Amino acid sequence: MSRPNRVHPLTVRLTHWLNAVAISVLLTSGLTIYNASPLFDFSFPASITLGGWLGGALAWHFAAMWLLVANFLVMLGFGLLSGHLRRRLLPIRPRDFARDLWLALTFRLPHQTGVYNAVQRLMYLGVLAAILLVIASGLALWKPVQLQWLSALFGGYEASRRVHFVAMSAIAAFIIVHLALVAIVPSTLIAMLTGGRMPHPHKGTPT
Amino acid sequence: MIIPPRPKARDHKAGLQSLQRRLLLRGGLSIGALTLLTGCNLEDDDAVDRLLTRISRMNDRAQAALFSGSRLAPEYQAADITDPFPFNAYYPEERAPTIDGGNWRLELGGMIGERAPWTLAQLHALPSVSQITRHICIEGWSAVGQWGGVRLSDFLQRIGADTRAEYVSFRCADDYSTSIDMATALHPQTILATTFRGTTLPRAYGFPIKLRVPTKLGFKNPKYIVAMTVTNEYPGGFWEKYGYNWFSGL
Repeated sequence: MSRPNRVHPLTVRLTHWLNAVAISVLLTSGLTIYNASPLFDFSFPASITLGGWLGGALAWHFAAMWLLVANFLVMLGFGLLSGHLRRRLLPIRPRDFARDLWLALTFRLPHQTGVYNAVQRLMYLGVLAAILLVIASGLALWKPVQLQWLSALFGGYEASRRVHFVAMSAIAAFIIVHLALVAIVPSTLIAMLTGGRMPHPHKGTPT
Repeated sequence: MIIPPRPKARDHKAGLQSLQRRLLLRGGLSIGALTLLTGCNLEDDDAVDRLLTRISRMNDRAQAALFSGSRLAPEYQAADITDPFPFNAYYPEERAPTIDGGNWRLELGGMIGERAPWTLAQLHALPSVSQITRHICIEGWSAVGQWGGVRLSDFLQRIGADTRAEYVSFRCADDYSTSIDMATALHPQTILATTFRGTTLPRAYGFPIKLRVPTKLGFKNPKYIVAMTVTNEYPGGFWEKYGYNWFSGL
């Protein structure tokens, strides 16, 4: 399925876009659910919410959660078993991270097709962790009695709500940076659609 | 149950407006949905509606499979009780029904052996249990309360109900209604509550009886109950017909 000269193997592209759909639905419907009983002193504008009212939002949320979880398992399973995650995202050395972060903040970090810099690596690992956290805290909120061990792990029902919100915020923050970077280097969007091509075929690999 | 502790007028209004919608989603598609459905014919939102309804039915089955008849909802200490405990209904507190306990009768129907109506005195004569549990609203907020009363399973046995039936449904004096699955009806913490914090159930919390189900969301805990039916025909409920998930288990 994955050809060595592709930037993104087919499985990565498929799961990326299904994940994008699931997260868009869950995020926007989640904001409607938040607005029904805001945890903090603010609400979200209706223009960025999905579902129209609480009942509609919950129907979307509890439908898209299956897609998120199933797709995430495929994504993670493929990434771990194929070695794709290890090859692309590891290692992350603190020194590289500090250097790349400085270069990024001064807009001097070049884009290298097929190679992630240390800041990107940490962000991708971070968003995978945030998705895992949003799923676990979501399950704790959905089933605080049947999965009470999970609910207790987060400190009970009310604490789970806050964890779920923080994990959602981390994903939203990632999306903002992610989309900004795609806007700066639009060829990355093409690569995520077509698979793209590595600049140089790997040595000794038949193409 | 839908109104939060200190009701925000705008939320209440939004809730009522939504009630006027016949369908789950019609008129409810906003920018988020438009973005998602770009390229699709928005006239098709009935199809989206049907799909979401089908997934909700699938979620009913998934939740029934996850439900354990013996796993208890966590219980709390008296010090954890939320004070004041919030009033919730689809209307403001002033409009809550005032019921004369002496004249009140619980009508029984469906697959039940002895269908003679019950009085409050008869209910009080049955063995009673108490629990301090967390009420979780579908809106997200939660509150801890203490309820006491008769185990629904004891009552069902007493009236000769066919516990192989699928549903137990409730009709209330405020025109509210809801229904639960038999497995949940037989759960040891599912009670016909007649007391709150050790005293007679106040009007705000459902006098004379409220169904307390700590394994389900708040809207599955009807107040001011006047009729109970055991049936195999899906009875639905007040909020369920607008699209709230029927099982709504915790």
